Amino acid sequence: MADPVDVLVVGGGSTGCGIARDLAMRGLSVTLVEQGNLTHGTTGRMHGLLHSGGRYAVSDQASARECIEENRVLRDIAGHCVETTGGLFVQLEDDPDEYFEQKLEGCRECDIPAEVLTAEEAREREPYLTREVKRAIAVPDGAVDPFRLCVANAADAVEHGARVETHAPVTDVLVEGGEVIGVEVEHESGPGKRVHTKPGTTEEIRADHVINATGAWAGRVGEMAGVDVEVRPSKGVMMIMNVRQVDTVVNRCRPKGDADIVVPHETTAILGTTDVEVEDPEDYPEERWEVDLMIETLSQLVPILSEARTIRSFWGVRPLYEPPGTGTTDPTDITRDFFLLDHEDRDSLPGMTSIVGGKFTTYRLMAEKISDHVCEKLGVSAACRTAEEPLPGSEDFSVLREYMDEFGLRSPIGRRSVQRLGSRADEVLKTAEPNPVVCDCEAVTRAEIRDAIEGAGSDLNAVRIRTRASMGNCQGGFCCHRMASELHPEYDEETVSAAWDELVQERWKGERHALWGEGLSQAALNYQLHGTTMSLDREPAVADFAAFDSGTETATDGGKSDGD
Amino acid sequence: MAIESDVLVIGGGLAGASAAIEAARGGASARLVTHKENTLRNASGLIDVLGYHGSDEPIVEPFEAIPDLPDHHPYRKVGVDAVRESLALFDEITEGLYEGGHTETNALSPTYGGRVKPTSRYPKSAAAGLASRAEDTLLVGFETVTTFDAPLSAERLDSSVPFEVRGVTIPFPGEFRADARITRLARALDADELLDRENRTGTREALAERVSEHLGDAKRIGFPAILGDEEHREVRETLEDELGVPVFEVPMGPPSLPGMRLEDRLYEALETEGVRVESGNPVVGYTADEGRITAVSVDRGRREIPYHADQFVLATGGLVGKGIDSTREGVFEPVFDCHVPQPEERYEWFHDEAFDDQPYARFGVAVDDDLRPLDPEGDPEFSNLRAAGAVLGGYDMAREKSASGVSLSTGQVAGRNANEDLQ
Repeated sequence: MADPVDVLVVGGGSTGCGIARDLAMRGLSVTLVEQGNLTHGTTGRMHGLLHSGGRYAVSDQASARECIEENRVLRDIAGHCVETTGGLFVQLEDDPDEYFEQKLEGCRECDIPAEVLTAEEAREREPYLTREVKRAIAVPDGAVDPFRLCVANAADAVEHGARVETHAPVTDVLVEGGEVIGVEVEHESGPGKRVHTKPGTTEEIRADHVINATGAWAGRVGEMAGVDVEVRPSKGVMMIMNVRQVDTVVNRCRPKGDADIVVPHETTAILGTTDVEVEDPEDYPEERWEVDLMIETLSQLVPILSEARTIRSFWGVRPLYEPPGTGTTDPTDITRDFFLLDHEDRDSLPGMTSIVGGKFTTYRLMAEKISDHVCEKLGVSAACRTAEEPLPGSEDFSVLREYMDEFGLRSPIGRRSVQRLGSRADEVLKTAEPNPVVCDCEAVTRAEIRDAIEGAGSDLNAVRIRTRASMGNCQGGFCCHRMASELHPEYDEETVSAAWDELVQERWKGERHALWGEGLSQAALNYQLHGTTMSLDREPAVADFAAFDSGTETATDGGKSDGD
Repeated sequence: MAIESDVLVIGGGLAGASAAIEAARGGASARLVTHKENTLRNASGLIDVLGYHGSDEPIVEPFEAIPDLPDHHPYRKVGVDAVRESLALFDEITEGLYEGGHTETNALSPTYGGRVKPTSRYPKSAAAGLASRAEDTLLVGFETVTTFDAPLSAERLDSSVPFEVRGVTIPFPGEFRADARITRLARALDADELLDRENRTGTREALAERVSEHLGDAKRIGFPAILGDEEHREVRETLEDELGVPVFEVPMGPPSLPGMRLEDRLYEALETEGVRVESGNPVVGYTADEGRITAVSVDRGRREIPYHADQFVLATGGLVGKGIDSTREGVFEPVFDCHVPQPEERYEWFHDEAFDDQPYARFGVAVDDDLRPLDPEGDPEFSNLRAAGAVLGGYDMAREKSASGVSLSTGQVAGRNANEDLQ
């Protein structure tokens, strides 16, 4: 058993990783455990909007103020994860004027820069907007890569001495003498990096304080400690389009509603979303009506969407929380604010704190607040530095331009690699060996894949979220096996095959929801490539090789016997 | 002048080419119109007839297994003999380019994924590599050809075949960009580009030299299928001379050089048979009279031109080739709007595991025994329209490994029946 640590963080999403980084930078010893990959829960399943706060400017001004502040912080410390696209709140002819005025007023009250655009100006910025636009409000919304941001937080935590264990679900919260003293985790393939074929182990990790940062799963961890954490998980669908139909975040300017936002994200655009309360954050229906609603409703705003190719859909679960007794029935009315539950005060159970609610854009602030809280409990006086210290990859942007034509990569590929890696480009791309492209759709090179494997073990989904490989139009049809090959020979064939299969199945999970037109055609192609050309769809059970045709004698001397 | 032919074939893959050649041989004036690059360029170049039915045990004798297939399977529509005949036609057309015609028994070919696959005909360039021939094997991959990892494929094969397989990765000789296309590498071998002007060392010799140190006890050497394009025989011959053992290509794609070589051969045969081939323009509509198609319209950019014929063959491919298309509301056949049987609910088009028995993989038109597409009532959509190849429904070519056999046999039968029906 390892030495006890100061703080054990449960949950490898943005909040958990943010907390681990914050505390590690303050000098505490920290271990973070996550049941799946980093971002496995809600962080990896959101639309990638970096809020300006505009969306909350009418309904929840406290959240709106936090958003604009954190928006500014993230542009600063995580420049390589953020694209400053700007955003529009678009009013259509039949949308209420009153709400538009409230939105504008709300933005001004919350110090969110807001500028009114005429219909013409709005369509000049976004030519695919409908002609039904009445006017729009421009705000500093942005796009953020939640994977890259979360992984950068974890990497920096490790850099500051933290231990991060993925694929390590908590199986028990250890309570002794009425106090939480640690957790028991199951390492699915032993501690350290994931290797598919390695047998699992369990470990008791003791800590002075346990932080439950498991979002929609917080109730489960609470239950293991014997306390109630009343999370109200609410699902929402997001649909990925094959190209960027818009270059700024486009919001519909009307009171809350489903399907009212399009976020440009790398080469794609993400449509969102729905808001339906679910019982279980891992087991809920992914429904056709949600998919169809995105296209039907958002094409009122951006008509070309009705004809566009979708490449997949995915669902996320919001970790909504409201204090017991609030009694909100409609999940869209539940506050987006976050809550720090001190189980000592609340349940007379010292040693554990839960953090619930909140949203991605303010993850750093949430992490700061809970870190302050824990430091106070532990009598540590170090100050938070996460708002000033850049994340790995965002340290020095002056060097980026120089990378563009280096590394023997054609310039569009080099550009995209460097955008993803930020200031780490040098370290990752400067290899002695040739660096061919492994994923053509997203222009991901071998060096990036190998760099990700170093951090992720044989887990190709973890490689995927770090690099974007297999996330483009072909959804891995042409590159899943290439990514898997990069694991070999460090990992043996059995491990590589298991990793490949897991990636292919994960890709299929989202593709299923885009199975018409180009999406169905692509799926059929992928199926044939994997099933026919590679024949990886099954392991053939050959009873007798000698029963099969072994060719003619002339065939053995190949070219020489050719007749013509 | 009006465009007129006896038989008009729409689609330029294996099925369409077979149909047009057969019709022309029967004496008809045949015309073939094809829109896009056909899927031959993507497929491995192996000619599968039937590899699996029901179990994971590969089928040894495909012709004996065909009668066990369900009634709606395309093979049952044309019958076993027609499948045999279509392979005979294929053998004739591809003489010198393909092997396997000496027997009806399936061979096992290695795939670039490192599995064995039951197949009926294989490119001559792949013949020395059969997994059903027990000889120790060295697989050679190239650093920058990321789609074929020789050591990984070798490890996978080695664990399942009764001989030893080793794999090695080497740099391709010469100076290329790290993301050079495989067709570029094939051209370097074709031209035997000089690497060392002073000593006149060419790409082929340099390649053999790099491989020789890894040869060991191997009795044959496999490369990804990039060993030349036009000059593939000479490339293999040089390598075999230098290395002293048979050399083979592991079928691969896309892009597939063996598939491109086959395509070239098919188009030569079309020319020999006097089939008029037009490529690049889509068929966008048709006119019909009393249940007979009188003409299709071809979009030639500026205007639509009617192409008249007595008989028509639809060989436009399946979901991949867009001979079958879909929207959120349903699956359809875009040229003649032939009925495509399908579950009404879109969420019943698929199963949740990627390699389950996928309903969408069987999408296509249903046909009668004369290969005429049927309407929802089970009557022919048109009396003079037949369908062939992947546009047909009711079979899963990937799961059962039957793509080429179905295309060849239904293509030939459609062409023959069209010819017989000429008025």
